Amino acid sequence: MAGAVASPAGAAKRWRFREPSALGGFWPSFGFVAVYMSLIVLIPLAALVLRPWEIGIDGVWRAVSSERTVAALRLSFGAAAVAAAVNAVFGTIVAWALVRYEFPGKRVVDAFVDLPFALPTAVAGIALASIYAPNGILGAAFGAHDIRIAYTPIGVMIALVFIGFPFVVRAVQPVLADLEREVEEAAATLGASRWRTIAQVIWPSIAPAMLTGFSLAFARAVGEYGSVIFIAGNLPMVSEIAPLLIIIRLEEFDYAGAAAIGLAMLVISFALLFALNALHAFMIRRGGA
Amino acid sequence: MPLEIDHLRKTFGKFPALNSVSLRAEDSEFIALLGPSGSGKTTLLRCIAGLELPDSGSIRFQGENLLAQKVRDRRIGLVFQHYALFRHMTAAQNVAFGLKAKRGKEKPSAAVIKARVEELLALVQLEGLGGRYPSQLSGGQRQRVALARALAIEPRILLLDEPFGALDAKVRRELRRWLRQIHERTGLTTIFVTHDQEEALELADRVALLKDGALEQVGTPEELYHQPATPFVFEFLGDVVKLPCEIVDGAALIGGARVTLLGGSRRTAGAGVAHVRPDAFDVARGESEGLKATLGDVVSAGASARLDCRLDNGDALEIRVPHDLAQTLKPGERVSLRPREARVW
Repeated sequence: MAGAVASPAGAAKRWRFREPSALGGFWPSFGFVAVYMSLIVLIPLAALVLRPWEIGIDGVWRAVSSERTVAALRLSFGAAAVAAAVNAVFGTIVAWALVRYEFPGKRVVDAFVDLPFALPTAVAGIALASIYAPNGILGAAFGAHDIRIAYTPIGVMIALVFIGFPFVVRAVQPVLADLEREVEEAAATLGASRWRTIAQVIWPSIAPAMLTGFSLAFARAVGEYGSVIFIAGNLPMVSEIAPLLIIIRLEEFDYAGAAAIGLAMLVISFALLFALNALHAFMIRRGGA
Repeated sequence: MPLEIDHLRKTFGKFPALNSVSLRAEDSEFIALLGPSGSGKTTLLRCIAGLELPDSGSIRFQGENLLAQKVRDRRIGLVFQHYALFRHMTAAQNVAFGLKAKRGKEKPSAAVIKARVEELLALVQLEGLGGRYPSQLSGGQRQRVALARALAIEPRILLLDEPFGALDAKVRRELRRWLRQIHERTGLTTIFVTHDQEEALELADRVALLKDGALEQVGTPEELYHQPATPFVFEFLGDVVKLPCEIVDGAALIGGARVTLLGGSRRTAGAGVAHVRPDAFDVARGESEGLKATLGDVVSAGASARLDCRLDNGDALEIRVPHDLAQTLKPGERVSLRPREARVW
């Protein structure tokens, strides 16, 4: 594709520490970023990385590869991915409705979107558990059709959908608002059906924002604890999430084992988010924006 | 087959954007919709394209009722002021969009689409740039991609909404000439919106001048320029100097001088307001027939010069004279200004 930016022939791009800029300000901002990131993110994470090795590589491997840990990790990442995907679809639809249409109560709905951010997660967890428990309103309705939600992975996903919901809406909303109406009108005058316009014109424009929302919702869901444990029932191998397993290890005074699971989550999360960011950068470049 | 617009009305809330507009475009005709902003010209264009639904009236083309057809079924090409290109598609993909959107038997094969896209890119002089994204093209190139994209569907009518409004003056003149050539080659009925009178007069077979949602005058550029129906038309097509006058024996008396009244002017005796173009004055040194004035600044601007004059009654007056004449005049001199011709409504 001609879209790729070719570097001048022969001039192998030399890695440079500092981009020359007439406006300056590089060192203060770089220094600030380095110090702040270290204090807030890197040093605490370094402690996590260093902690587990007191039980030896074998010990770490055993802690991480035990059947129960693997099941917990699989549930945590799997449910988070499904929940983020659900949010990507429905969050986008909500954002679309909020941007494109006027309806009574629109401002109230807009404000409601942020509630999962504001609520203590334990409160949300208890509320969800009481609704979806076999004797709760929705739990009973589903139970009549032999579908159990509370105390199963489905319950975990519902809690994760709940807490991840605002991310996609808030990521997609401003991009949708900025979409030029004329571009859609142009597609219509060219004979495109509404579906073709959505698939080929609107979707490529908002996909990067959807991916951003997906990544944020996913990251949040992976680490989520409070809202999940009540509805999950926490049966080992079935509905026990990795963060809960870490707490259990801590309560057993197995600090190294807890840190080992934490380290595994850290590595997987970093790899996934790095890949998502790379995909995002690729989409932006393709968009020619 | 003509395009017939009949008594079209459209209001936005309480604002009447179109007030009973009737207009007929002959086959292959090139029509300019001219008017100040808010005059309804873009609304009229959007009604023809199907992007706005008029409150009442009709639009018929080749005997069909266009208003009964959806936007995508009308096959009317529309070019937007800000291009409205698909940013994530290359120039070639933009042009191909309308061809790929065709359904059923009408849909051309991939090879036909490819050939047609290349043909169109050549027509708009963008050979070899089909692989570029819009962000890698200049404004003029983007607008040409937009035009190629609109032509790709073999539209029955071509509409352009201030197509050169966002471009700089030189590119604008170039594209204007070139648009005219394309029109001659394709023979498409073309309607374009502009607020630039020079563009309208130069390009169009006929100009429709709109004011406050109604047609003020429709005619050839010559008719509009030389036989303006109303003071608004006259003022919109150029600068105007207004002077009090007396009509006597079918001529206007201005500052004691008899001035010829142009076609369409009122000839009944009495007081009136003479409308004169600023370049239609004879300037004489010293006291002679005409308006007595003292010369202020003489500002040279290319081939002509602007004279700032102060009339003896205190009014300021700006006129234009050829550069050579301006060279002989000095600020502070006494002059007599005599209009060569005037219009009175």
